Amino acid sequence: MKYEISPLGDTGLVIKLGEQITSDTHTVVRNLARGLEQHTPPGVIECVAAYSTLTLFYDPSLLRQNISVNTRVEADQPDLFERLSSHVKSLISNLEMSRIDEGRTIELPVCYEGAFAPDLGFVAQHNDLTTAEVIKLHTSGDYLVHMIGFAPGFPYLGGLSPSLTTPRRASPRKYVPAGAVGIGGSQTGVYSIRSPGGWQIIGRTPIKLFRPQEVSPSLLQAGDHVCFQAITEKEFMQLTARNAELAD
Amino acid sequence: MSIEVLRPGLLMTVQDAGRWGFRKNGVSICGALDDFALRTGNILVGNPLNASVIEITLANSQFHFHDDSVIAICGGDLAPLINDKAVPSWRPLLVKAGGILHFSSLQSGCRANLAVAGGINVPIILGSRSTDLRAGFGGHEGRALRAGDTLHCATPDDENSKRHGRLVDESFHQNFFAPRWFISTHVRPSYDSKVVRVLRGGEFMSFSERSRMNFFADEFIVTPEANRMAYRLSGRNLHLTRAVELLSTAVTPGAIQVPPDGIPVLLLADCQTTGGYPVIAHVASVDLPVVAQKKPGDSLRFSEISLSESHSLYLQREKDIAALKYAVQCQMK
Repeated sequence: MKYEISPLGDTGLVIKLGEQITSDTHTVVRNLARGLEQHTPPGVIECVAAYSTLTLFYDPSLLRQNISVNTRVEADQPDLFERLSSHVKSLISNLEMSRIDEGRTIELPVCYEGAFAPDLGFVAQHNDLTTAEVIKLHTSGDYLVHMIGFAPGFPYLGGLSPSLTTPRRASPRKYVPAGAVGIGGSQTGVYSIRSPGGWQIIGRTPIKLFRPQEVSPSLLQAGDHVCFQAITEKEFMQLTARNAELAD
Repeated sequence: MSIEVLRPGLLMTVQDAGRWGFRKNGVSICGALDDFALRTGNILVGNPLNASVIEITLANSQFHFHDDSVIAICGGDLAPLINDKAVPSWRPLLVKAGGILHFSSLQSGCRANLAVAGGINVPIILGSRSTDLRAGFGGHEGRALRAGDTLHCATPDDENSKRHGRLVDESFHQNFFAPRWFISTHVRPSYDSKVVRVLRGGEFMSFSERSRMNFFADEFIVTPEANRMAYRLSGRNLHLTRAVELLSTAVTPGAIQVPPDGIPVLLLADCQTTGGYPVIAHVASVDLPVVAQKKPGDSLRFSEISLSESHSLYLQREKDIAALKYAVQCQMK
């Protein structure tokens, strides 16, 4: 495995595994993330996977404590980053690059109608399609979750049909509601929290992608596959009512 | 024990040491921007180091204490008064029931932490009581505090009660009591300094030689576009030698990113977990409290240190905090 290790400030270590967004790099990142989760070096608090990097965040005082415990002669000032890098390198060399399990496939119901889809017309017109064709293309895609970031539970999805590529809005909206499904350039995604946003909004899902009360607060994880299923406004209301009931 | 917010000032939120372990779910760390003031305040009132406090920004905020309370004010000097009498910071205070605490005017710094014995009793979400303003959860109802909000404190424990007992013994008839000793300036971060120590960022060498020189030579001013997520800094714009298209990757508070417009953005506790702009430098962890006390109009100068120096400073700071804790416990026996 080819990789580079570098510091991220004084509490991060970045393992860079590629330069591009490819499914091979994605598989390597996921394998490594899994390996590090199973054999977390002492002093490491959490790992964040991205398109082509895996970043470990550590506590320097925990790292230091662990070194004193393991060495006979207490070095005056052990190089903490070097120690952690060595540990990571040996983990990587012992890592079994097994076929990583295919993530789950999550089907998200999306209403592409009326007020939920203010920019659907623009996306259609920009790509010389009818709105029905846009919906058909969007719902026949199989999207890979490359990483979670930007906001809690927000998935970076790969696999948008090139026929649906549409530039971001010239002026972003001040508020895009949670659940809004959008297209920005060659990316598609779902806003997991209400936030400002410049993407073209073509639909809305009643499913919550971010649940702070749950042990695993993000519905989606890197490696999952997402597909979208068109529902009517009535079905949207029914699903929303059912979610509210379950929450009580 | 309950505290009522009479005036919230510019921004007032419940924060603790932050929400760790969920960045892979896109959840920001949040937490007190001045973590030295957070931990010291908690030491002074006898709380665990990472208990929740109220973070107060700039001036003109007011509280009403419904019960006798042991508190401590650490961080910037917002000229605190109790029933119109000046009270000192960086030491434990006993406020009598009915006391009105008023942060009356900004003297130095930007934000103060109000630590209260027992900690602020709000629900723990994803392991923390910190407020995530952007995602709207945590702290008090996931939002900034407003006039009329009443906060409750958890039942004080033995450490808290020892403080209370000692202070009551010495308080006589006053509305508040403060001991003469306090946390010395020598152990505090250099809040008054303009200089902030940084490490080179991953894309440091992608910047032009002139920009790299300017980054360490110039004074940058904190612009009014400053909030708990980031500070935009004005100074000479910074340029890359050639355009770099970066993939989104993990970022962390203290990172100084430079978007295409060349204006550096210094990320803080509420920042997003990932980003794709080039990073020219990272603020050393020990100097994040110094940054936390800068406000719009203040200037910053960056000074480079190595990673191992940064770690030495970090470890020394942890030793200082442990020593402080021991010293205060001895004082308050």
